Amino acid sequence: MMLDSILFYFFAALAVGSAILMVTRRNAVHSAVFLISTLLAIAGIFLQLQAEFLFVVQIILYVGGIMVLFVFVIMLVNLDVAVRQMKFNRQSWVAGLLALVLGGLAVVVYRSGGGAFNLMGAPATTMPPNAEQVGTVLFQKYFLPFEIASILLLVAMIGAVVMAKRKI
Amino acid sequence: MDQTRNNSTAEIETTVLGADEIILNMGPQHPSTHGVLRVKLKLDGERVAASECIIGYLHRGVEKIAEHRSYQQFAPYVDRMDYVAAVSNGLGYCEAVEKLLGAEAPPRARVVRTILTELQRIASHLVWLGTHALDIGALTPLFYCFREREEILKIFEKYCGARLTTHAFRIGGLQYETYDGFEEEVKRFCEDFSKRIEEYETLLTENRIWLGRTKGVGILNAADAIALGVSGPVLRASGVKWDIRKAAPYAAYDQYKFEIPVGKNGDTYDRYIVRMEEMRQSRLICLQAIENIPTGAIMARIGKVLKPPPGEVYHAIEAPKGELGYYIVSDGTTQPYRVRVRPPSFINLQAFDKMARGSLVADVVAIIGTIDIVLGEVDR
Amino acid sequence: MPFGIEFDDIRQYIAPVIYALVIVAVLPLMAGYIVLLERKVMAHMQARMGPMRVGPHGLLQPIADAVKLLLKEDITPKNADALMFWLAPLLSVTMALLAYAALPFGPAFQIADLDVGLLFILAISSLGIYGIVLGGWASNSHYSLLGALRSAAQLVSYETAAGLALVSGLLLGGTLSMKGLVEAQDSQGVWFIFVAPFSFFIYLIASIAETNRAPFDLPEAESELVAGYMTEYSGFRWSLYFLAEYANMIVVSGIAVTLFLGGWMRPLSGVHAHIFGLPYELLDLLPALIFFGLAAWCTKLALRQGEQIQKMVMFLFVGLFVVLGAAMAWSLTSTSLMPGIHGAFWFIVKVLVYLYGFLWFRFTFPRYRFDQLMKLGWQFLIPLALVNLVMIGIGIVLAQQFLWPLSLAMIAANVVTLIVAFWLVRQGDKPSIVVLPAEDELPAAGPGEIR
Repeated sequence: MMLDSILFYFFAALAVGSAILMVTRRNAVHSAVFLISTLLAIAGIFLQLQAEFLFVVQIILYVGGIMVLFVFVIMLVNLDVAVRQMKFNRQSWVAGLLALVLGGLAVVVYRSGGGAFNLMGAPATTMPPNAEQVGTVLFQKYFLPFEIASILLLVAMIGAVVMAKRKI
Repeated sequence: MDQTRNNSTAEIETTVLGADEIILNMGPQHPSTHGVLRVKLKLDGERVAASECIIGYLHRGVEKIAEHRSYQQFAPYVDRMDYVAAVSNGLGYCEAVEKLLGAEAPPRARVVRTILTELQRIASHLVWLGTHALDIGALTPLFYCFREREEILKIFEKYCGARLTTHAFRIGGLQYETYDGFEEEVKRFCEDFSKRIEEYETLLTENRIWLGRTKGVGILNAADAIALGVSGPVLRASGVKWDIRKAAPYAAYDQYKFEIPVGKNGDTYDRYIVRMEEMRQSRLICLQAIENIPTGAIMARIGKVLKPPPGEVYHAIEAPKGELGYYIVSDGTTQPYRVRVRPPSFINLQAFDKMARGSLVADVVAIIGTIDIVLGEVDR
Repeated sequence: MPFGIEFDDIRQYIAPVIYALVIVAVLPLMAGYIVLLERKVMAHMQARMGPMRVGPHGLLQPIADAVKLLLKEDITPKNADALMFWLAPLLSVTMALLAYAALPFGPAFQIADLDVGLLFILAISSLGIYGIVLGGWASNSHYSLLGALRSAAQLVSYETAAGLALVSGLLLGGTLSMKGLVEAQDSQGVWFIFVAPFSFFIYLIASIAETNRAPFDLPEAESELVAGYMTEYSGFRWSLYFLAEYANMIVVSGIAVTLFLGGWMRPLSGVHAHIFGLPYELLDLLPALIFFGLAAWCTKLALRQGEQIQKMVMFLFVGLFVVLGAAMAWSLTSTSLMPGIHGAFWFIVKVLVYLYGFLWFRFTFPRYRFDQLMKLGWQFLIPLALVNLVMIGIGIVLAQQFLWPLSLAMIAANVVTLIVAFWLVRQGDKPSIVVLPAEDELPAAGPGEIR
């Protein structure tokens, strides 16, 4: 369907463009805004794949939660100094090397054709509500990993509180 | 909160992070400094480590003007000091000059003076309550308070033609006889007013947010209060039972029964409670006085040109905000040699630093409100 | 068709696009009239008249305000970050409007019935914070920055409590779709506010805090921060912030109404009473009667107007109400239209009732201090919301697995929550430990000493 393709290319262009802008902006708040825009574009692609739950979770967690704290912290940090400083001033050759390697990888993947990844095509028809499916999978099939992950996060959280608080 | 632009961003950030001591400037143009008070705060994180009040933005040289005016001519000027309690200012000045002259106002004048002054006390406390509540974020009490204040101002207007800077009294008594229906109007106001106070109290007194914002905020203990020369409701809220109306009665206060409300903890909430109770007591005084206004002259025979004998006098009254004293030196001419005013707001403001230390920045607004300052009086 | 797009592809977008256009067109007007309502309610609570000059009883005030705001000079402060300063109000209002996409104004009026509708609205409204934070930062003013930071901290804190409160509603409804939630309440025959009163209570408080309304309006506390993040804004951009605030109020009210107050359902939808042998239910006549009553009242007011033009404007409103009343009455005769139109009516009425609560709080309570606000959020609402969630879950399990009657299970669950609530309040009343610096540790400040 044509509309789907248009939407996909729109979101993809937005994601890539914002990502590039995020890296190149000097101003940390501007970078953060472009990162938000990238994340939103990726959420848009999720929605276009009819993964509604993933779309919403991407927005709530990354954009509405984590990035808010990012922006919060960036604003507290002295920006005047950060803006004046050269970013990555001695790492440009590392970045160049990495870019070359990744670019090479992309070329290889492109050359070897669609068979490099065994992807299922997106289902053509509307999928059933997937919030329920995600829940079922998480709490039945992957119950143990899920709980381990949550305990890990809890430990990290308590650790952060202990470290941040000078005296209890 | 922060007013000046010359504080760099770095400084404001530390306020939030609570790392260093920074200087914060409030005023002179700030919505909740009640005029042109400027407060410099030294902050340790969100807490006030020290503070300094910078005054003088409204200085008009009232005391100096007095030296170039005759005694009668100066009387309207005192209204412009505490402009929300002009009647009380006038009473203090007139009585001080009478004392200097060795004259005394006739009984009828003294009773009418008492009634009007007590009404003025209620009006002044109403302005305080409305603005104080507004500073803490309660919008509605302001309008209720101004509704009742309007009634009082109407009585003033009917009596002497002016509402705010009334110049209601003259040296030696009163210029005007009370108007027809004066007694009934004051009585009707007083009878309504007890219900009105209940209304304010339902909005604030037991409100959890109000309690949270005022209890334990800006504590001033009795010893500090006395040492700093604090007077009025601020002193009484700290637990000192001191009221010039009882200690050295003037006007007609010795004839009436009333209580002196006293606080316990000396915090903002106690000062609120004390002022609310004072309004009730003022109402009772008015009701007692209105029952029995003596007849007779309203003006003592003191002559048209006032030439007090050389000498000096200090006379203090209990103004709504505290002890309002006039120290007048006469050199025997028609103009005073020196007039010195002891303004209650100015001296109560000294306690600001004591109250504000260790409190949060947001409490500073509440503390400025609770002292009940009028900058016209502080700066004169 | 060009690009190979078939007409059938497009047709499914027509109705949603029309709804969206209607919402975008009507919402600013509605926000304007909610402001008028607020000013009128405030005025009557404060023994004043409120706006009376523009139009009869100030009825044209919102239009005058809008014109004034549009014509005002649009100022960008020097040294402000121009891009962000421009973007922030747009973000704010866009996110506020986007949330309407999933809000069901009635069984028939919904732009998109998403399977994750509730989560979608939560996600979108959590994006609105960027408008505030970026605007505050871009203004290059301390008041704005402090306001923005307070706002961000406040939103993040109260979103947790609001989310937990909503989850307990979801447990009862068993779906994330907004439409499904209302249908669940319809089929269970009870609004969720009666089943989970604490969830509603928590959401009520959290929603006021999230929309930065009094007594939680610290980000724009005028006695402390002038106007918070909006301090440097003027004209149209300022009005966008204003619109976003009111649009957000309607959104949170819409969520509460959908989840707890039965959405578009008529109150007492289980009661079927007929009188005078009329073919219509008594309560279904209410919408029409309300509008006709409003029309009659407006006629009374119109006749009292002195000016001819005021009289005409008032009669315009009479006409509007008569038309609306007639529409309500006429839709009774059509079984296909009736649920949609009456549903929209009841939904809006419920939203207005909820909004009235917002206004009532605003004019009654003083403002919280920032630490007290955080304490209320973290030490009272979030623990209570957690306990409430667990108790609701237990109640549902008791009802479904152990076959207790739902009412009994829920009463037991809520009693436990009530006890916990009392305990939390008592804990909060204990004086918190505040380490004050000792007297002699503080430097004495003489005149001119602080520099």
